[in-house]
Amino acid sequence: MISKAYEGSVDYMQILDEKGNADESLIPKELDGQKIVSMYKFMSFARALDAKVLSLQRQGRAVTYAPLIGEEATQIGSAMAMGEHDLFVPNFRQHGVYLVRGLPLDTFMLYWKGYEEGNRDIAKIGGFPYNVPVATQMPHATGVAFAQKYRGTGASVVAYVGDGGTSEGDFYEGINFAGALGVPLVVIIENNGWAISEPRNRQTKAQTLAQKAIAAGIAGIQVDGNDVFAVYKATRDAIANSKNGPTIIECVTYRMSMHTTADDPAKYRSDADVEAWKSKDPIARLKSYLVRKGLWNEALENAMAADQLKKIDEAVEKAEAFVPDPKNMFETVYSYMPQTLKEEEDAAVAADYWKGE
Amino acid sequence: MMMNMVSALNSALDTIMQENKNAVILGEDVGKDGGVFRVTDGLYSKYGERRVIDTPLAESGIIGTSIGMALSGLRPIAECQFAGFMLLGFSQLINHAARYRTRTRGTMKLPMIVRTPVSGGVKTLEHHSDSPEAYYAHIGGLIVVEPSTPYDAKGLMIKAAHMDDPVIFLEPTKLYRLFKQEVPEKSYEVEIGKAEIVHPGDGLSIITWGTMVQTVKNSVEKMGVDAEIIDLRTINPMDEETIIKSVKKTGRAMIVHEASLSFGAGAEVAARIAEKAIFELSAPVLRVASPSLPYPYPGYENFYIPNEKKVMEAIDKIMKE
Repeated sequence: MISKAYEGSVDYMQILDEKGNADESLIPKELDGQKIVSMYKFMSFARALDAKVLSLQRQGRAVTYAPLIGEEATQIGSAMAMGEHDLFVPNFRQHGVYLVRGLPLDTFMLYWKGYEEGNRDIAKIGGFPYNVPVATQMPHATGVAFAQKYRGTGASVVAYVGDGGTSEGDFYEGINFAGALGVPLVVIIENNGWAISEPRNRQTKAQTLAQKAIAAGIAGIQVDGNDVFAVYKATRDAIANSKNGPTIIECVTYRMSMHTTADDPAKYRSDADVEAWKSKDPIARLKSYLVRKGLWNEALENAMAADQLKKIDEAVEKAEAFVPDPKNMFETVYSYMPQTLKEEEDAAVAADYWKGE
Repeated sequence: MMMNMVSALNSALDTIMQENKNAVILGEDVGKDGGVFRVTDGLYSKYGERRVIDTPLAESGIIGTSIGMALSGLRPIAECQFAGFMLLGFSQLINHAARYRTRTRGTMKLPMIVRTPVSGGVKTLEHHSDSPEAYYAHIGGLIVVEPSTPYDAKGLMIKAAHMDDPVIFLEPTKLYRLFKQEVPEKSYEVEIGKAEIVHPGDGLSIITWGTMVQTVKNSVEKMGVDAEIIDLRTINPMDEETIIKSVKKTGRAMIVHEASLSFGAGAEVAARIAEKAIFELSAPVLRVASPSLPYPYPGYENFYIPNEKKVMEAIDKIMKE
């Protein structure tokens, strides 16, 4: 006898299409005009900030940077769905999430100028620092979520990982632990189509990344990652349901720029690929929607852009005034200062070979 | 109460779980089974599955989840079943546990312990007998502790649970049940970062730890040599002061560890002696360790681990210099 041992399927959700037409019946009620305008402003802000850091990097004023352009709906939609007490665990590209959660801009800039002092304020906004080794943050997110459940805080945890990250062992270990331990976790797979030079289809034969949830016995859904309403709704619903266990949300978006400033996409993908995605731009489609609703116009656009640039410039100026102190490296490693490390610190601080660095 | 190292560690974990309601134990088989060496025996029935957690079988998951727990107000005590298996969680320890505190400039802390049995001599399968102290010590940011007695095991474990640092707690399998010792039932700490002089002497300093403490003690007793034996106890951060003070007094230094010779923690000890006490030495520093090879299958382990004869020959050699 052979029977079906398991039958599963994965839903796909889109609310706001490429042209800016929305399925109003699916837009969550709390998304009023003001909140949607706020989404639009954050998405625009994220893109403006992205362009600024990119430009600073090209001038040698910022470290290697991972641009977010194209992925604003995935980041802003999910971040705005979080409650004030919910927590998030990023990889290295969720600049928009930090923005929504209120990380001071100069602090953000400090990190991208190469100073870990930029991580000092992250706990205050319910977040964790960037995680560069791909997918290693996934078990952390599970542990953070476990702690919320254990301590009865009522908070949920939103973790971010890329399409390439879903191939890592830590991705699977993280979601599998999350399911086994029944923790309040929401995993956003920011599927931007590329892991540096490798397209999504090199990562796995699986038809969707969301279906990896099935292996862990948890909920999974795929959404249009350039549709801020769909990302918002999926995240909000998953958070609301998180006391019953974790959910994976695969957000299908596109990396419009390079992986980081250290690579040149011209080597491995065609302009035609990128062009095809331009018509699906998350900001343009939301703008069309808002303009049609009479909630937005060019005067508001210009005022917003000027205000955002001013804030960014002020933050850059503040971050560039930062003076690093080598003592900060030594004194925050252990809960106490070991004598041997103290000797190294004293020697380093007394040395003059890095004066002016 | 007379305890072996397993019962001392069990008593320590029980103490920690009683003291701190946010302490949790997690790992493979740590619950109903009480751990493959029974270190967590009885804790599941006492504290329940909410606090003594049998996890899926995945070391990176165990250590990574512990990191998340520690970042969020819990005090996880993770068990990795064997040192060889723990390497699947190496990335989590090096990439995250070691640096989380400093990369957030001290605003986030990792109060966590990862326990694992180490070293050989008990005829186990492959990958069950490694001595990994040097790799965890090398990165900086991880406290690496390795007791050699039941008393120290309990006191160091409780001390580790009172610190806000990630502590790698290495438990020599061979010493788990080798001997018993009077161990207080109450809570007490043994200082981390502090070596112990387990045998005073004026003619030779022998710096050792883990399984080799017993081998060295037996060798010194048999030879009747006037050696000062230092049990390092904490590999990182190293108690350089105790080592240098002793070597300056004795003028001879020997390091004995079970881990393989090349790039071992003994090289670190030797380098520190060279930097701070070389002119007080009347003989070259001598290292005694396992050969620079991967740990062999148990049929060969008696040819691999330093034994008393090897240690005594080395003592003989250094005393003649």
